[in-house]
Amino acid sequence: MATESRQIADLVKQKYQHGFITDIEQDTVPPGLDESVIRLISAKKGEPKFLLDWRLKAFELWQTLTEPAWAHVNYTPIDYQSISYFSAPKSQADAPKSLDEVDPKLLETYDKLGIPLHERARLAGVAVDAVFDSVSVATTFKGKLSEAGVIFCSFSEAVREHPALVEQYLGTVVPLRDNFFSALNSAVFSDGSFVYVPKGVRCPMELSTYFRINAANTGQFERTLVIADEGSHVSYLEGCTAPMRDENQLHAAVVELVALDDAEIKYSTVQNWYPGDENGVGGIYNFVTKRGDCRGTNSKISWTQVETGSAITWKYPSCVLRGDNSVGEFYSVAVANNCQQADTGTKMIHIGKNTRSTIISKGISAGRGQNAYRGLVRFMPTAKNARNYTQCDSLLLGDQCGAHTFPYIESREPSGRIEHEATTSKISDDQLFYCRQRGLSEEDAVNMIVNGFCRRVFQNLPMEFAVEAQNLMNVSLEGAIG
Amino acid sequence: MNILEIEKLHATVGGKEILKGLDLCVGPGEVHAIMGPNGSGKSTLAQVLAGRDDYEVTSGSIRFKGADLVELAPEERACAGLFLAFQYPIEIPGVNNTYLLKAALNAQRKSRGETEVDAFEFMRLIKDKMKVMQISEEFLHRSVNEGFSGGEKKRNEVLQMLLLEPQLAVLDETDSGLDVDALKVVAAGVNSLRDPKRSMILVTHYERLLELIEPDFVHVLAGGKIVKSGDRSLARELDARGYDWITQQAAAV
Repeated sequence: MATESRQIADLVKQKYQHGFITDIEQDTVPPGLDESVIRLISAKKGEPKFLLDWRLKAFELWQTLTEPAWAHVNYTPIDYQSISYFSAPKSQADAPKSLDEVDPKLLETYDKLGIPLHERARLAGVAVDAVFDSVSVATTFKGKLSEAGVIFCSFSEAVREHPALVEQYLGTVVPLRDNFFSALNSAVFSDGSFVYVPKGVRCPMELSTYFRINAANTGQFERTLVIADEGSHVSYLEGCTAPMRDENQLHAAVVELVALDDAEIKYSTVQNWYPGDENGVGGIYNFVTKRGDCRGTNSKISWTQVETGSAITWKYPSCVLRGDNSVGEFYSVAVANNCQQADTGTKMIHIGKNTRSTIISKGISAGRGQNAYRGLVRFMPTAKNARNYTQCDSLLLGDQCGAHTFPYIESREPSGRIEHEATTSKISDDQLFYCRQRGLSEEDAVNMIVNGFCRRVFQNLPMEFAVEAQNLMNVSLEGAIG
Repeated sequence: MNILEIEKLHATVGGKEILKGLDLCVGPGEVHAIMGPNGSGKSTLAQVLAGRDDYEVTSGSIRFKGADLVELAPEERACAGLFLAFQYPIEIPGVNNTYLLKAALNAQRKSRGETEVDAFEFMRLIKDKMKVMQISEEFLHRSVNEGFSGGEKKRNEVLQMLLLEPQLAVLDETDSGLDVDALKVVAAGVNSLRDPKRSMILVTHYERLLELIEPDFVHVLAGGKIVKSGDRSLARELDARGYDWITQQAAAV
């Protein structure tokens, strides 16, 4: 249909709204990677020996690994020697202790992104650990959290203040040799967030971090570690946008979650990095390793992600269900528009008895976007009475995009039960006509249907994120019809 | 002034001519029943009025409240007060019934320069209408038409109509697939909306609907045009004698 192509053409032309570059002096290490760079990063951060040794070991392993090629994505090879592995705002030496001390230009950047930090924090009661490039520059609500005994700080600070906790848990969920990108991250990670919730504590507020990539040619290697001790509960939110850039920027983050007995971690992400222009030029390469370890009995880890950005998304937030009766959940909306490529999904590894997992994946493809769901459900011989339910739906807008599903199911335990449902649909002309006959514009009708398609995932986001996510969907798919 | 004036309307679907010179005038407050054998063009007329994309008007004119209807997009027609109750209401998985209803009401209010209603006001508006249609509140929170029975779908259509209060309602075989009790509920809903300023076109196969919703005029559509018009008694005659005598009559002319 003619209208379809026109609408899709409009959709494809939609400009990224958060494209700008903040003019802040960067303290940047020259491009290239060898042992000396790693020693330099570690020295600049004043790290203890165990961490330097760990980084060096990771680097050694990384050199033996090859970049994975199995994902359903295409990109020009990354030259790892052309990337600068450390970048921090100049004022890093005396990092600000409150928002008043933060570089006003930086605050302006957040304003442009529609993130009025203190406003937001005050209104929503959210502690915000804002990460700008590699160093955390603003942390709020520390007082209230420390009253509850919750540690929420930058990774560097955790290394300084709580080295024993870091040493105990770092790399225990995503081991050094896990994969090419995580090994690279382990060698060169600059900063990130650290959360520890002590025994029996219910974290009094949602924890949130804004990541932002800013410096040209600087790969960003975030490291996040969340530990929920016995009987504790924490909800962590992460959201991000990035400025307009022509060259591809590599992002290889690692997130590790550990839930001990009866603990629960809810980890939510809204990812809106620069996806490249309509011809696929520029955009972030997002190669992320996220994994949660349900180490204790009755523990629960829940991932919710809304992935609308990045040129390439390679991301499989997973759960290792080690503890008996532990629960893993994965709720995902992934959008691939224009020339975006998304290969995302999850792994649910059932080890303990009576472990349960739920996977709800909603993929939306538009323009020439390629969206792949890749999921593994594995029942180990010890996983008596394990259960999994997977629902994997794809929605196509237009006729030049693709949706692909790669489910891997391995059951080595006969008492287990695995259910897998998958659908692929287009927004039908009938649906659009029906809505329009009731008075809705075509655009509003598409938004309504897309949001309806994503509802089961959005429901799992904390309230303020749910609204943000819906707006984000409306913006990314404005005018799209199928 | 007539609400709707259709003159010498020719329309094609997928290149095939279905309407072949149809004339129809609907005045304020009037209820017109359009009957006719299968394939005569009844549903095509309904779709053409609502502005469905693949239904093309090739000649003739449709004027709605004095203005050219053919040039308007479906949503513009809806906002101007034209409502189509679908023969096969469409399912929209994941979209809350309330959400669609409220979005539709507010889109139409906005186009008229009225303020949008909030959730509270909306619930106040919809409550009585749900009672008329014998619809429970749980029904509002289900996905649009998904998993609804045939009767529920039709009742939902009429509920939407009651909420949107159109000036011209076109009901496309709203009676089909309904049992007697459901038919009564639907008819009660439609009758509650009868008003000297509001007009209706009932597309139907069966006389039994017209027992419950009394039309002012009855037309027989055959071969893409109106071949006979009359009053209520024509419907009874059709019920008794079928359509053949009329189509033969028309063919003979």
